[in-house]
Amino acid sequence: MQKFLLQGLLRRALTEPAPTPTPTSIAELGYTLGRTARQKLGRSLSIREVDAGSCNGCELEIHALNNAYYDLERFGLRFVASPRHADVLLVTGPVTKNMREALERTYAATPDPKWVIAVGDCAFDGGVYCESYACVGGVANVVPVDLHIRGCPPDPTTLLKGLIAFVDTMS
Amino acid sequence: MNFASKQIEAQPSPPTCLPWPREIVDRAGWLAFAESLAKGARELLSLWGEPSSVHMAVLEERQPRLRIVSLECPEGSFPSVGRLHPPALRLERAIRDLYGLRAENAPDARPWLDHGRWGVRHPCSDPEKIDSTKDSYAFLPAEGEPLHQIPVGPVHAGIIEPGHFRFSANGETVVRLEERFGFVHKGVDQLMAGASIERAARLAARVSGDSTVAYNLAFSQAVEAAFDVHVPPRAIYLRALMAELERLANHFGDIGAICNDAAFALMHAQCGIVRERILREAASCFGHRLMMDRIAPGGVVVDLEQENVTALFTLIEWIELMTPRLIALFGDTTSLQDRTVGTGYVSEALAKQYACGGYVGRASGRTFDARKAIGYAPYPQLTFEIGASKEGDVDARVWVRFDEIKASLKLLRQILDEMPEGPIIAAWALPEDWTREGAALVEGFRGDIFVWLRMRADGVVQRCHLRDPSWFQWPLLEAAIKDNIVADFPLCNKSFNCSYSGHDL
Repeated sequence: MQKFLLQGLLRRALTEPAPTPTPTSIAELGYTLGRTARQKLGRSLSIREVDAGSCNGCELEIHALNNAYYDLERFGLRFVASPRHADVLLVTGPVTKNMREALERTYAATPDPKWVIAVGDCAFDGGVYCESYACVGGVANVVPVDLHIRGCPPDPTTLLKGLIAFVDTMS
Repeated sequence: MNFASKQIEAQPSPPTCLPWPREIVDRAGWLAFAESLAKGARELLSLWGEPSSVHMAVLEERQPRLRIVSLECPEGSFPSVGRLHPPALRLERAIRDLYGLRAENAPDARPWLDHGRWGVRHPCSDPEKIDSTKDSYAFLPAEGEPLHQIPVGPVHAGIIEPGHFRFSANGETVVRLEERFGFVHKGVDQLMAGASIERAARLAARVSGDSTVAYNLAFSQAVEAAFDVHVPPRAIYLRALMAELERLANHFGDIGAICNDAAFALMHAQCGIVRERILREAASCFGHRLMMDRIAPGGVVVDLEQENVTALFTLIEWIELMTPRLIALFGDTTSLQDRTVGTGYVSEALAKQYACGGYVGRASGRTFDARKAIGYAPYPQLTFEIGASKEGDVDARVWVRFDEIKASLKLLRQILDEMPEGPIIAAWALPEDWTREGAALVEGFRGDIFVWLRMRADGVVQRCHLRDPSWFQWPLLEAAIKDNIVADFPLCNKSFNCSYSGHDL
């Protein structure tokens, strides 16, 4: 363990560099997001992820936002364990009928003001499952959605871009 | 739009399934198979329904390793396999929910995937409209003065899939865990019926996002078996390359996550770096981080460029350097071992009874690996060892995964070294004569994925059954957590990492 800890002290962090002139770089996106979030939410943007029937692909990429390369928390954005702690619900999946009530109750448990971001093509319109008897098809059919981040699944950079667009347009 | 209406007229004779023929049995024959499963002479691979028949796939000790048997159910019922062989129980409950076929004298008549919220009963066969908005569900009792219940889910605390766990606990100790699933049921069986090959492949690739390559491969192999399509050698190697990259990425991600559930964040961070680098390389080679939709019946749709080969070798070399360090970090951290050793024990007998695949089975003495046991190309030409242990605890499941990482690295080198040149997809046409059936068994990172399908001559899927390895792993989690403390559940659960989406379908 010492080796890893020593390495952590001596070597440069893997986290992709802080704001650079490249407007599309991940860090720049994250910096903008952090700054806007601070102005509007006083340094705090707590996100609660809700899987409403996804294939788990979107979850894998949302997870990646927390790894050393993207390190979402450095911008004051963090995932929380309960909707009661959340400002934003990040919802994935075509909303299966068996998950509909759970999603509605999670939304009801989130304190105002609250926002919903629908992640992935399934959350947009049901995706490949849109004709199913078992799916509602699209998060907006169940709870009001403020932003859709498309992709199957959206990669972490797309997710970051989407989060910025959201904070920029947040009223 | 229901399954029955999409069916075309019956075949004059039962079509032959390839590469394993499907045998028609009578009730006595069906029961004989059920009894042999109960005695342990065979292992249950899957059990699935159609509007008026049921099918069972079993593993044999001798060649051919795989057999498929079918029973017609003109009365809408069939002799219960689960009554004699418990691993079949949930599959039978799912058959009843989707196809309305009843397992006679089954010990558990509760629904499984159907929560009473679809607006229809048995949606895949003669759907019947209902008004109810939800069904009540009776959990199994656990009685005693000090016992209390803890309901968890379907929405969990982490970024994970939804499912419900009902713990009955005595203080901190779990007396009984009962799982309730079906929350992510998306109706894949019905969506598959009537789908074109392209659409069906996209659906198969989205059954469980972490195993998208393995599912896509299994589906494609089944189509290729049905239509006797010969995949070009280069495509076979490219498929194996993707499959091993997917396996590596998942094993690293999960080992990190298991340690994170024991509050050892250092391992999580380090494994996350390895996983991310693999996904980035996958995106650079194949244009998608998870390599979704890169395999198609007949071959693959993206070729590997020479510059990517060099980058892959660099990546493999780096992972080979990191792996022993991560193994040392895991093995030498006694506070971590304190959490993983002896936790969440699964006996060899249970793993055998449930024909449990993947690292869960292999950590409990069941050495089955479809890459060796079935031996689909290119694996018979490659040299690798399968991870194995008999300890059966969380620790053993991590060690087996480390062994599989080493095996995958060795495989990747061989695949890249021996990669043949040539076309990447076979030119093949639909025969347009008669309905075909095909099956495949592919080893995903989680275990063996079974696919059986029947296709019309014009390439439309009539029925496609996709069986996730989780079907035979989830029940063992209920056994593994017994007598452990509630706080160790996340650790046990992550060490299994079963799929919710693949199971609920």
